[in-house]
Amino acid sequence: MSPLIIGALWGLAAAMLIAIAALIGVWWERKVAGRIQLRYGPQEAGPAGLLQTLSDTIKLVLKEDITPTQADPVIFRAMPFLVFVPTASALVVVPFVAGWAPLDIQTGALFFLAVPGMSVLGILLAGWASRNTYASIGGVRAAAQMVSYELPRTLSVLALVILAGSMSTGTIRAEWRWWWIPVLALGFLVYFIASIAELNRGPFDLPEAESELVAGYFADYSGIRWAIFMMAEYGGIVGASLFGAATFLGGGLGIPGPAGAVLFVVFSALIATAMIWVKWTFPRMRPDQLMGFAWKVLTPMALVQIVIVGAVVPWL
Amino acid sequence: MPVDIESRSSALDPDGMPVEELVVNVGPSHPSTHGVGRVVVHLDGDVVVRADPVIGYLHRGIEKMAENRTYLQVVPLTDRLDYVGSMYANWAYCRAVERLAGIRVPERAEYLRVIVCELQRIASHMMGLGAAAADTGAFTFFVYAFDQRERVVELFEELCGARLTYNYVRPGGVSYDAPEGWTDAVLGFVASLRASLPEMDKLFFGNTITRSRTKGIGVLSAEDAVAWGASGPVARASGVNWDLRKHDPYSVYPRMDFDIVVGENGDSYDRGRCRLFECYESCRILEQAIAQMGGGPVKAEGLARLIAPPPGDAYDHIESARGSLGVYLVSDGSVRPYRMHVRSPAFCNLALLGRLAVGHTLSDLVVIMGSLDPVFGEIDR
Repeated sequence: MSPLIIGALWGLAAAMLIAIAALIGVWWERKVAGRIQLRYGPQEAGPAGLLQTLSDTIKLVLKEDITPTQADPVIFRAMPFLVFVPTASALVVVPFVAGWAPLDIQTGALFFLAVPGMSVLGILLAGWASRNTYASIGGVRAAAQMVSYELPRTLSVLALVILAGSMSTGTIRAEWRWWWIPVLALGFLVYFIASIAELNRGPFDLPEAESELVAGYFADYSGIRWAIFMMAEYGGIVGASLFGAATFLGGGLGIPGPAGAVLFVVFSALIATAMIWVKWTFPRMRPDQLMGFAWKVLTPMALVQIVIVGAVVPWL
Repeated sequence: MPVDIESRSSALDPDGMPVEELVVNVGPSHPSTHGVGRVVVHLDGDVVVRADPVIGYLHRGIEKMAENRTYLQVVPLTDRLDYVGSMYANWAYCRAVERLAGIRVPERAEYLRVIVCELQRIASHMMGLGAAAADTGAFTFFVYAFDQRERVVELFEELCGARLTYNYVRPGGVSYDAPEGWTDAVLGFVASLRASLPEMDKLFFGNTITRSRTKGIGVLSAEDAVAWGASGPVARASGVNWDLRKHDPYSVYPRMDFDIVVGENGDSYDRGRCRLFECYESCRILEQAIAQMGGGPVKAEGLARLIAPPPGDAYDHIESARGSLGVYLVSDGSVRPYRMHVRSPAFCNLALLGRLAVGHTLSDLVVIMGSLDPVFGEIDR
């Protein structure tokens, strides 16, 4: 088969994985948030409310797809896909098994960082094409934020690449040793925080800050297009959690076989749950404080991590 | 720190490039306008150059409607003024009527009024704090605060059957005596609130993001607070020691031992924290009031259903959760008021918004607005 068809099939698989993960993720987030907030979360539709997200999805798909008259129709309608597709693409380089990723290219780590970074263009244009003041401010905020947090996130993954001696994600997972955990602890923290900011989730959800910008860049979206933005967000969580668990924690601590696979899923779920936990506990930051945090705290932390790794490598 | 708008080498027209101010219309339908408030905000980059509150979206003409109703029928109207603290408007209105008609209120009724108003203060502050927290994105704190408020509302439901518009305080007393065991339920609530307030303090005010979002934001000087007629926690957070419960004592407050919470910096952080600490003082008052309350009637004896005060006017005010709430009544000797006017503390406090927000960012504007705790039912009337 031609590589194009194989690529398309993997893309389809990634989209399916995200769709299923988003269905479960939304339910899980609502359950966890409910427990944090002295309530139960969804519990009526299906066992423990598991079918709630499905019914919400059906509702969203059936809703009218509105394009505001003031909006730029082509860009407005296309942008949800420009946000979703790059985020979904990141999944194809996640090393699900040691030494193997669906698309195990030589520059897998770079692919993982660079391709989802393109979604910033979709968010900026979605805000701009809405011709809505709130959406425009949200889009511009998102652009500034995502570009800034790209740097510490890249540096934290760079530490991995130095230790593994390869940018292939499959090799990174195969090279993993237990002592990576203490050495890369700082880098993992930076990766975790920067990933939350990269996904525009609380406490860094400024582009969609509902108390200031109503819904930010997707304020004018409705129905299925709005749902695609949400899918992109949950797809991002899935990608960041899986990649974090697969590389920083060596999948399931480098254990081969089914035990490792189970541990890998558990670690990924824990990272995703921590993201939900942080979002529902902390207040939102202010734009200038957010930029200060990226450049004055996270970036130096990531640089320190690089120095630590640089000091370790000669002893290998 | 706020940006000095005057000396700022403006982003507007930096190199002769035509740049315009961005006008953002926040409200009247917006998640953080506390109802139907509207603010027209002029932004230079991200900095607020000018913020004008626009009011009137909830104007129902309550003061005019009062002129066509008998004195007793006006009480339910006052419920609709400050719908987060209906008991205060009830009481302020009834005090004005009692002053006008020379009605003496039984002691047990006075104690019940103090108890419901201190409970109302807790409920209102919880609502105000929770909404201000939700404005910064801390939605979980909002739910925690709302949980405490819900317990107060349940106590009120047991007392008078209503959860929001109580119609409880009436000229000459209160509508019903407390049901059996109600005071014990209040004491139980006070104990549980005391236990959860430190946790709430730590969850929100102890958070480093909250501190950086509220400290030094929207600083109100004591001089400005007095000059603009601010009252309640807004004025007290700026160091103005002014509380009608102490400085123009009414009802049985002189018999209570409590302190006035006064802030130092007058910023959003102090305004919020003042409200939290006032809940502790309300707990103290509640315990003393329940211990002191004796038996007896809860309505003035032999009071006619149609009150016809002698011609004249009367003004009386109480300390509501938002500040000095006053009601001015003019009587022409008939069974209906000739004129009613409400001195609304939330109105005076909201007037400060434009002054406080200038030089801060759009994100700070919603924090400042939340810290002023406006209730538009009372502002628009």
